[in-house]
Formats: sequence, C-alpha cells, structure tokens
Amino acid sequence: MQQHRDTEKDLQLRKMDASCVNESRLEHKWYHNLKYLIIGVLFGIVFVKSEVISWFRIQEMFRLQSFHMYGIIGSAVVTGMIAVWLIKKFNVKTINGDPIDIAPKKFNKGQIYGGLIFGLGWAMTGACPGPLFAQIGTGATVIVITLLSAIAGTWVYGFFREKLPH
Amino acid sequence: MIELLKQPWPWYIAGPLIGLTVPALLLMGNKSFGISSSLRHICAWCMPANIPFFKYDWKKEAWNLFFVFGIFLGGFITTYVLPNPSPMEVDPRLVHELAAYGITDYNHLIPEDIMNWQALLTLKGFILMAVGGFLVGFGTRYAGGCTSGHAIMGLSNLQWPSLIATICFMIGGFMMANLILPFILSL
Repeated sequence: MQQHRDTEKDLQLRKMDASCVNESRLEHKWYHNLKYLIIGVLFGIVFVKSEVISWFRIQEMFRLQSFHMYGIIGSAVVTGMIAVWLIKKFNVKTINGDPIDIAPKKFNKGQIYGGLIFGLGWAMTGACPGPLFAQIGTGATVIVITLLSAIAGTWVYGFFREKLPH
Repeated sequence: MIELLKQPWPWYIAGPLIGLTVPALLLMGNKSFGISSSLRHICAWCMPANIPFFKYDWKKEAWNLFFVFGIFLGGFITTYVLPNPSPMEVDPRLVHELAAYGITDYNHLIPEDIMNWQALLTLKGFILMAVGGFLVGFGTRYAGGCTSGHAIMGLSNLQWPSLIATICFMIGGFMMANLILPFILSL
C-alpha cells in the first residue's frame, strides 16, 4: 500500500470522490477484480461456518474457555507460513507471470498503541474488520453501524495521524 | 454431504482454509492479505478531505474492496444455503456468565439480546457497537493492520512487528473481555 503523490492525478481523483462515484472503473478492466470477489466469497463462507465471526466465540477466546479460535488462527498462520516459504523458495510467479514480492512490515509504536486499542474494540464488537462484512451478510443489519463507526475511526486516525506517537 | 456442511466446521478445516487465502491472493496478482485496509480505501474513496493519509490512488487497491464485498456475499450465501440448523454451542461457563446480563439467544452469530437496532439507542448498545466499531477502525489503522494483515499475513511472512501487534491485539482483548466488558454489560 504505497502512497501515490501525483498531485495532478490526486486532484482529478478528489473531484470524482466528491460525488462518491467512479465512472472510470470500466476503463480499468474492473472485471479483473472479480477473482478477488470469488476468493472473498469462499473466505466469507469459511468465516461463517467456522463461527469465527461469532461474538460468542471471541468471548470464549478472551476467557480461555475454548481452543477453537486459537486452533483456527494457529493453523491459518502455519498454513500461510508454509505457503509463503514455498513461494519464496521456488520463486513462484503470479498467474499472470508477475514476480511475487511481499512488503516487509516496519516497526513503529503504532503497532503497540493501535494494537491495544484494536484489541479493546475486538472484544467489544466481537469482530475484526473482516467479520464485520460477513456479519452484515448474515443479516445482522445493525452491524452496518459498527462498520460505519470503524470507517469513521479510520478517518479520525488519518486526520490526527501526524500528531499521534509512532 | 450438505447436512454435514451445515454443521459448524472444526478449526482444523477452517484454519488451513483461511491460511490458504494468503497464497491464493499472492498467486492471483501479488496481493498481500489484509482486510482493514479496505476501511482506508473507503475513506480515500468517499471522504479524503485533503488529508494526506487518504490522498492516494485507491482505485489501484480496488481489488481489496471486491474482496470484502465477496466476504459480505459469502456471509449472505451461507445464511441461505448452509444455515446451521441448531443454536450455537458455547462453553457452559460463558453461558452462565452471559445469562446474568440477559444474554440467552444463541441462534445468531451476534448476541441479538444486546445487539439490535433498538439496543443501539441504549448506552450499552451504543458503546458496544458504535464505540467498539470506532476503536476497531482507529486501532487497526494505527497498528497498520488487523488480524488478517498482521496476525495471519505478517506472521506468515515472519515479520516481528506483526508479532508485537498480534500480542497487543490479544492483550487489549483480554483486558476488555475480563476487566471492562463486565461493567459495560451491566449498564
């Protein structure tokens, strides 16, 4: 997620953003993104069926009353580690033949302060950002408010970013 | 088969499937798994307000918005095609604890007793949903990622800042669930 500081382009972008429409998406071959939608659907199904998006499962996790969530996160990380290791070891390319590179994470104090703040919210809402989308999909319409609040929280962070310790 | 799929999936099936999202996104187009970024893209899309943090070409990250829309659809599809026929089975100690706060409905993934549109107008509901959501959005962006970007993607790539972030997520969660949440639920 790199920032593109092309002023001219950003200016045009914001003009379009003002009305919150994006007419140029078709020019960008938007349908290429459908494959991510399909992965998202499969991911969402796993989320619901494994009850990862359940407020109750999150409460169990933070009370050490169930192994379920630890098993899921742990085995997901191990699977991801093996996959990333294989991709790097065999220099695997994307389906389009592009090289795969993963940006390293740089440490800053935000990971501590922000991490703690997110943890508080996680145990309150019983959801991290991904589950919010899935919960709304299951028909819990009131979670739209939680999602909008999360978007507002992200925006407020962006607004005060320079003043916050990092 | 369908009946089996309708049952809750065990962790050793779901965990590896969630982990496979990491290579799937990398192989599809060199995309790093991360969900909370979608909230930033939505800000950049709808309300950048001349804030440098939101002044970037979010359309290049549009894949992320397709991905989270897919997660929404996945939730919708599961509810109508593969609904769990019975209420959720939760640890009896939790059932006992939550009953004291009037939470007895285990037919939904969220506690409908305290999370519904009417409850939003109460102090308890407002804190849980609106304030909680705000902390999720603010905290994940401050931390530079959430459970997916740090705990799964970051740890998969052996990034120690992600380990610190993940530990802090857990500390925050333990503090809230055990020390603060009882007061909020008593409101």
